[in-house]
Amino acid sequence: MKLPRFVIPTLVAVTFLGGWEWFVRVGHVNDVLVPAPSQILHWFWDSLLNGELLSATWVTMRRLIIGFAIGAALGVPLGALCARVRWIRDTLGVLALGLQTLPSVCWVPLALLWFGQEESALLFVVVMGTIWAVVIAVQESVLNVQPLYLRAAMTMGSKGWHLWLRVILPAALPGVLSGMKQGWAFAWRSLMAAEIFVVILTGFGLGSLLHAGRELLRMDQVMGVMTVVVLVGLLADLIFFSPLERWLRRSRGL
Amino acid sequence: MNPASFKTHPSAALTLRNVTKRFNGAAGCVTALDDITLDVKEGEFLVLVGPSGCGKSTLLSLLAGLDQVDEGAIRLGEEPVRSPGRDRLVMFQQDALFPWLNTLENVMFGLRLKPDLTEAERLESARYYLSLVGLADKEKARPHELSGGMRQRVALARSLAPNPRVLLMDEPFSALDALTRDQLYRDIQDIFTKRKKTIVLVTHNIREAVCLGDRVVLLSPNPGRVRQIFDINLPRPRRINDPELASLAAEVTDALSSHLSRSQEGLA
Ligand SMILES: Nc1ncnc2c1ncn2[C@@H]1O[C@H](COP(=O)(O)OP(=O)(O)OP(=O)(O)O)[C@@H](O)[C@H]1O
Ligand SMILES: [Mg+2]
Repeated sequence: MKLPRFVIPTLVAVTFLGGWEWFVRVGHVNDVLVPAPSQILHWFWDSLLNGELLSATWVTMRRLIIGFAIGAALGVPLGALCARVRWIRDTLGVLALGLQTLPSVCWVPLALLWFGQEESALLFVVVMGTIWAVVIAVQESVLNVQPLYLRAAMTMGSKGWHLWLRVILPAALPGVLSGMKQGWAFAWRSLMAAEIFVVILTGFGLGSLLHAGRELLRMDQVMGVMTVVVLVGLLADLIFFSPLERWLRRSRGL
Repeated sequence: MNPASFKTHPSAALTLRNVTKRFNGAAGCVTALDDITLDVKEGEFLVLVGPSGCGKSTLLSLLAGLDQVDEGAIRLGEEPVRSPGRDRLVMFQQDALFPWLNTLENVMFGLRLKPDLTEAERLESARYYLSLVGLADKEKARPHELSGGMRQRVALARSLAPNPRVLLMDEPFSALDALTRDQLYRDIQDIFTKRKKTIVLVTHNIREAVCLGDRVVLLSPNPGRVRQIFDINLPRPRRINDPELASLAAEVTDALSSHLSRSQEGLA
């Protein structure tokens, strides 16, 4: 007999959480340091009811989405330019390659100096997290477009903008998409780090909530926020990137 | 190249003068084409044959303006050929269909680049050529859902639909079954005579060459040169099974194999 796929993961999760709960209840560990799952769930429920969690999630998501959109919107044309113009590739392209390896929380001190403790500082960090990965991905996938497609399009009279929009970008799309996914992951991490480090007066995000949990020695809050951060990341993949990738693969028979 | 020596045939559509093309590949320098001088007349069906690697595809790329000559010159009418243009459409040896478009959209791609057509005319024309190649029911299919022969037929429809003045075809019928192929021999001759096109076609099938061509140009490899040109003065439409055609084809085949064996002796 074949078990449905969800049975084993569910059993493992229940055993793990149950064991954890039991371990804390019988007092093997200090529940200030390691809260029981029920305590985390309790915090989760409370902060959901008093609106704290939703508003923090909203503030964080707004920063992430706006920053990511700006980063991607700048990264795609810059990447295309890198692919198109040799000297831009040798300058901006190399710079992008370098900056991509720089963890983007390194931008936080500069961002604070330039923008102050404002939304724009965090947006800047998110944009820096997104943009370089997108630039590199667009550059590489444009350079790797099959020459045969370009030749075929050109003999049919396609050139300039038409060639870019109708041939090069569609052909490069799978690579561009995986670059965006990577940019999103970088942006998400950098935003969390920045929110934990920096108090931004204009909005109280998930990172700030986590930080506040630490100050108050509320480990249930810290672990609760961590859970939410994981869930948001999973959800973004599940409802946005994965379906897009699946559609792309299926429609091109990859 | 001295312009004064560039005497073009009055009705020549494409003129090649002393065209040489070299490639610097991993295996060293290859002279793919060496001092080719050739006229393709307006409204002529010219067929290129020759052993693999003798520069047939290279010649088509040069005519299309996709590659540049190293020496010599190519003209379309009075104009030097420097870049690709809508007046010279290429059907490539590999099908080159766009995987992000379905069959109909692939055929529409070239048509959409013709500003003087309405969208309805484009659709009508795309559907006409798709049904000509027997794929009217595959409009919505993506390239990866088609067989190799079907893809080649879509590519054929895509290159015929925009009705270019000059059509450059690289082994367009090589992946087709015999029945479809015979049908397309008739159709292409029909299109050729009705639409007054200039066609340069590459093939390995000598009988196909004789069936379709007004002239058959035999190229030889290492370096690529014009070996012999055969005039085929048979009335159209020609049938592939015509006995007269078969005897002409035998003549071309003999020439081809004698050149081949001679060049092999030279190598030995
Ligand atoms: N991009 C390239 N770089 C290096 N060498 C090339 C390139 N394209 C073609 N060649 C060489 O030029 C010669 C002619 O190639 P071409 O593709 O024109 O041959 P062909 O006559 O079309 O052969 P086939 O009948 O097999 O298609 C070959 O020796 C090939 O190796
Ligand atoms: Mg070839």
